[in-house]
Amino acid sequence: MTIVPARHTTPDLLIIGGGIHGCAAALFAAKRGMSVTVIEKDSVARHASGVNAGGVRRLGRDFAEVPISVRSMQIWHDIPDLLGEDCGFQIAPQIKLAENEDELASLRKRADDLAMLGFEHEVVLDRSRVRELLPAVADHVVGGLACLDDGFAQPFWTTTAFRRKAEHLGAVFVEGVRAERLVREAGDWIVATSAGSYRAPKVLISCGAWSGILAAQLDEPVPVHAIAPLMLVTSRLPAFCNAVVGATGRPLSFKQMPNGTVVIGGGRRGIAEPASNRSEILFSQLRLTADTAISLFPIMASATIIRTWSGIEGCMPDEIPVIGASRKHEGIFYSFGYSAHGFQLGPAVGELMAELASTGSTQTDLSKFSIDRFPSNQCQ
Amino acid sequence: MTRLKDVVIIGAGPAGMACAVEAAAKGLSTVVLDENPQPGGQVYRAIESASENRLRVLGHDYARGRELASEFRQSSGVDYHPGSTVWNIGPDRLVEFSRDGKSSAIRASHLVVATGAIERPCPLPGWTLPGVTTAGALQILLKTSGITYQDTVLTGSGPLLWLLAAQMVDAGSPPKAIVETVPRGRLFNALPELMTALGAREYLLKGMSMIRKVKRAGVRIHVGADDIAIEGSGAVSAIRFRSKGTEHRIATDAVALHQGVVPNQQVTRLLGCRHFWDDSQKCFRPKLSEDRETSCAHVYVAGDGGGIEGAKSAEMQGRLVGLAIAEKEGHGTDPRISELRLTLKREAHVRPFLEKLYAPSRQILHPDDATVICRCEEVTAGSVREAVTQGAPGPNQVKSFLRTGMGPCQGRICGLVVTSVISESGGKSPDDVDYYRIRPPLKPLPLAELADYSADIPGSRDTA
Repeated sequence: MTIVPARHTTPDLLIIGGGIHGCAAALFAAKRGMSVTVIEKDSVARHASGVNAGGVRRLGRDFAEVPISVRSMQIWHDIPDLLGEDCGFQIAPQIKLAENEDELASLRKRADDLAMLGFEHEVVLDRSRVRELLPAVADHVVGGLACLDDGFAQPFWTTTAFRRKAEHLGAVFVEGVRAERLVREAGDWIVATSAGSYRAPKVLISCGAWSGILAAQLDEPVPVHAIAPLMLVTSRLPAFCNAVVGATGRPLSFKQMPNGTVVIGGGRRGIAEPASNRSEILFSQLRLTADTAISLFPIMASATIIRTWSGIEGCMPDEIPVIGASRKHEGIFYSFGYSAHGFQLGPAVGELMAELASTGSTQTDLSKFSIDRFPSNQCQ
Repeated sequence: MTRLKDVVIIGAGPAGMACAVEAAAKGLSTVVLDENPQPGGQVYRAIESASENRLRVLGHDYARGRELASEFRQSSGVDYHPGSTVWNIGPDRLVEFSRDGKSSAIRASHLVVATGAIERPCPLPGWTLPGVTTAGALQILLKTSGITYQDTVLTGSGPLLWLLAAQMVDAGSPPKAIVETVPRGRLFNALPELMTALGAREYLLKGMSMIRKVKRAGVRIHVGADDIAIEGSGAVSAIRFRSKGTEHRIATDAVALHQGVVPNQQVTRLLGCRHFWDDSQKCFRPKLSEDRETSCAHVYVAGDGGGIEGAKSAEMQGRLVGLAIAEKEGHGTDPRISELRLTLKREAHVRPFLEKLYAPSRQILHPDDATVICRCEEVTAGSVREAVTQGAPGPNQVKSFLRTGMGPCQGRICGLVVTSVISESGGKSPDDVDYYRIRPPLKPLPLAELADYSADIPGSRDTA
């Protein structure tokens, strides 16, 4: 009797990590005709991809990310066609508020710099235009910067929709399986997991905060560390805001959902414990988020918090991700370290990784995202 | 500076009060945080302010709470904070709570969770209509205000249902009818447990006398009721059910539902204590040591929050935990510890009989597809089953799909039913299906109060 390994244990491409990046890459690779298996140590969208604020935002991105973000936005606008589900995606202005003239001047400069590079999606809002878009905003706000056709979506729903579509095209998802070791053998990668071995010529490492362990094993240590951005949601309020709002001088991500609840987050952090999958809420930090929300939207003084939460995300020292092929090994690809803003990038990066894995190259400039950009190349 | 106390007890019911009395008597600095304005918890609610007449109506078991409350009041060294809502417990047992619109924190060397039980949710067609309440809610009204509803139909099963009925008879407004869901033959099946139950026969005698009192008052009793539906547009107008093969319909504007009580898991789940499914009580319980310590060191559960055993046991468990903590803190071994352990075992003898006899009905554990099971977000049992077939393995994924447990009650009401429905449709045991991850705040917290909150938390844990 010959033992034939299950097809899903010997795919063309093995993806480690079932977040939006892993799921999107699986979909686009399957579209290119590759056989794909995704292994996920917990369940799909369990961490950053299931619990983030859902902002679909080009606004305020690092200039290195802008071309990818712009491409991703095109995919987002067609997401029902791509996935057959709307993922709760809604177009809504993303607005960054200026609370004084200095902040407004810095926003103006940014818009000008971006326009010099040929991107005109960010527009400066004066005092009255901000009030047109956000009637409930506090009196002291002097202006803002906006992307008027950005938006937001439901993160868990979106990520699982990518998964379902990828499955529909033949990709296999295996949950509760943790990648433990990668070894090169006869031109393939053997990935030892908590449930047997997988063999594939190409492997994409996209497991967020946990990616650093595998990269270090492959002799490409990289300072990715785990963070736990804090989020809170209030009970339902009458509709008063249909934009996603941030601030220039302090961390904030603020939006009212279609059901009236208000989701507030934006950078204040709890404590991440990636080894145990747990994160801890720090109310001493979250109180600053509450304070910011009330001072920018006085109506929030009457709101009640129903729940707080936090997910574990991978963060890089320069707060832009690692995207691209390994510098040392054939067939290894990386996509992680999105530093709390990877959700919007998911579709375009997934498309990119599929292109890289199937053709070996891409026209997109990924030099800023290379894994060896850190001089020390040491783990933190 | 955040205060550090030897013992912080959440809840001033029988378990919390008794624990505080014992811990303080041993010289431990003891804090009791309780949501209510007076001590007593649910079972002894408003015990200090009840009139003589109300004490008579509510009966001897209730009146007994007065002694405990006065022992608690007179105990020096108990720092009692009524009107305090605990909304989070951080690492190292930092207890964060709201009182008089302001939040503050106390760090506990030992934390005692004495948050008791909640009524098992009773999802039936029409259970969300105005006019439908729980038996426990009616009893609270009776205890705090001496008010009873006229012509209420009590529906379900369990000792509390009969106790309330007897109290309503004594208050002069007996229920219009009792619709009991215990299936025929259940008593016969429970008989093997009866011999053990005789070890705690006072409960059985008391139960029988309550049932006699209600019957003597002429209350119509329908047994073996099934296929219950509450009718009404805008509010309750009638209850429909099948009993002994006949369809019944009783016109009423008030229905009280009850299917027993279950441990309130919110705090022990938030802390990450290990839990297990108790198939006899049909609920999750925290795993406890003999001294009632959870899998989280220095966190104890006293009372029904650790499993349903009743008020008398809750008081003894509270005393046991108080003494056990004192022993750990070097105050010597109290001889009452072994005595209490023994008596608690004897008291527990009646439980298997009651649990078998009054097990929740099929309709409650496995509601029909059309029945709403998450009231806050209006999610039906059918859509939960649908989410399971779409690949949601447990309550947390169902939550992400459907928003179950995401409303103001944060899963308190729907948690067990959601687990039970997933367990049944996915063919997995409740232990494997598991329960919601509980996120703080435990109770809704005003955003403005959080903005004003500054607990003096040691900087080392702060990342900013």
